[in-house]
Amino acid sequence: MARPQTITEKILAAHSDRETVRPAEIVNARIDLVVCHEITTPPAIRMMAQMGVTKVFDASKIVVTPDHFVPNKDIATAELTKELRRWVKEQGIVRYHELGEHGICHALVPEKGYILPGMTAVCGDSHTTTLGAFGAFASGVGSTDVAAVLSTGELWFKVPETIRFNVTGKLPHGVYSKDLILHIISKIGVDGARYCAMEYHGSAIAAMSMEARMTITNMAVEAGGKTGIMEADEITKNYLSARTDETYTVYKSDSDAEYSAVHNIDASALEPVVALPSLPSNGRFIGEVGHVAIDQAYIGSCTNARIEDLRIAARVMKGRRVADGVRCIVVPSTSSVWRQALREGLFEIFSEAGCVVSTATCGACLGGSMGVLGKQEVCISSTNRNFVGRMGHAEALVYLASPATVAASAIAGHIVDPREFLERPLRREKEAGVPVGAVAGAEQEDYLWGV
Amino acid sequence: MGSVIRGRAHVYPRAHVNTDEIIPARYLNTHDHAELAKHAMEDIDPAFVSRVQAGDILVGGEDFGCGSSREHAVWALRTAGISCVIASNFARIFFRNSLNNGFLSIECAGFADQAKNGDDLEVDLAKGVIVNHTQKTEHTFVPQTAFVVEMIAAGGLLPMVAKKMGKVYNPAIVAAKPDVSVAQLNQPVRVVS
Repeated sequence: MARPQTITEKILAAHSDRETVRPAEIVNARIDLVVCHEITTPPAIRMMAQMGVTKVFDASKIVVTPDHFVPNKDIATAELTKELRRWVKEQGIVRYHELGEHGICHALVPEKGYILPGMTAVCGDSHTTTLGAFGAFASGVGSTDVAAVLSTGELWFKVPETIRFNVTGKLPHGVYSKDLILHIISKIGVDGARYCAMEYHGSAIAAMSMEARMTITNMAVEAGGKTGIMEADEITKNYLSARTDETYTVYKSDSDAEYSAVHNIDASALEPVVALPSLPSNGRFIGEVGHVAIDQAYIGSCTNARIEDLRIAARVMKGRRVADGVRCIVVPSTSSVWRQALREGLFEIFSEAGCVVSTATCGACLGGSMGVLGKQEVCISSTNRNFVGRMGHAEALVYLASPATVAASAIAGHIVDPREFLERPLRREKEAGVPVGAVAGAEQEDYLWGV
Repeated sequence: MGSVIRGRAHVYPRAHVNTDEIIPARYLNTHDHAELAKHAMEDIDPAFVSRVQAGDILVGGEDFGCGSSREHAVWALRTAGISCVIASNFARIFFRNSLNNGFLSIECAGFADQAKNGDDLEVDLAKGVIVNHTQKTEHTFVPQTAFVVEMIAAGGLLPMVAKKMGKVYNPAIVAAKPDVSVAQLNQPVRVVS
């Protein structure tokens, strides 16, 4: 009888013409999707020239968008994106997304329906794990890997061990998938899943939108993981049916598959989490954070700048003002999210609150542009990483949190529990004489803040 | 690469030295190795580049090279003169990038705790032993797998892929194509009569 396997093992086996694979085996897997951006692909283009390769293996399996430093932040960046465009034209790559249709690649690829369950996907970017939310094997690699896969359509992998996370219960009001993943990383450590696949199951995951799920798989690398992965379900299928007609294979882990560890988490017991400087694993429940004054609040990145995230931030900020001395920067993840937010009136809310809104870019998440931090400045950010020097100066301090916590902290001027901002009536409404408690629970919230 | 590497130690024993410290993102607007090398380890030790001599060995703690996938981290260290990195263990993408470049990352738990800056180190790959000549100590390290040995011997992934495709790898090529903008490529061809 064949060895029982996890979803990750099944996908890698199917792509390397094997019946089964085991952890630590080296396989050469066919790659279904290669995602390219302006930082790590230009070196790969040069490497292909060094190998004498003039044509990519299959232009239809490549997606390209500039995202890290867009619009070009300096002359050197302009040269990188220029080279990317020349190469796209030379190779006849159709799925190229120019400014105006661009986005942070890990947010853009799902939105366009390019990632499908059962696929293998790579990109020269560590947050490629995001795509695992669709039941695909997706992993971040270097530029040499990108050159190899663009030339041959294959890449070597050490089959990872899998850690299983059963997340039961239901996330409480004001607690989001970002809080859950920050909590998980705080429990297992910033290298707790080194070389491993992080596989998620349970009622709390099943109840989440694809947007919320992607926040979790996005941060697999922050625990050292090779990939984060979830089995495709009805929510996945509905998300995809609105975006693509392509067919796909849904893989699921065998019930007796081998896991190197199993963690059980009760989502109902969680509270908002903030990761203190300077490790993503320094997560604390909001009540343990203490008084931390901030210079900047940043809502952006492939982790938390999808439309749901912006709606949550807008709900917190509607009718309120960013505190004196705080800069609040909102960076939607893609051009489509940007347009959607515009249509829904979210930008008006942000602007009236005193925020600035940028075009989609990785921006300040990696200290690129659009909000780079100076020496000893303090930032609360909806991004993924708070390592030393990540958002600018090596002595800047970055706190990671959900968009709700970031937005609420921008209003307060220091790090706060977002739940009071989601529950407390607005001054404006209060002054208008709307009786508090006139409408119960969630309805009250919609009534008062109906964004 | 020979089976023995000898060089002076540069020791950073802290866990989780990340790729933003090895090469800050503000320098990712280039992939010129010499330019990147000028800024290697800048945010953890601004004097690093001025002290490194060709062949020196970088010694790190746990989870060395965590964070972003930027291969620029490996290029910066190697071009600055580092011959190999010894660490308790490595973040996976850094390890992968190092291997793909034929650059050695050696796992030796706790080595950074006893090594001092400037120690004279000798790494014997065949024996799996590191000798610290200054401190007169000897340490065994995790042996390289057959796959790693093959990749390092080939000089990295690109020579291997080129060979498999029946092509010749030539690292001397510095530019893929002439420097042109898409607008230039789109100019209609003028026929002069």
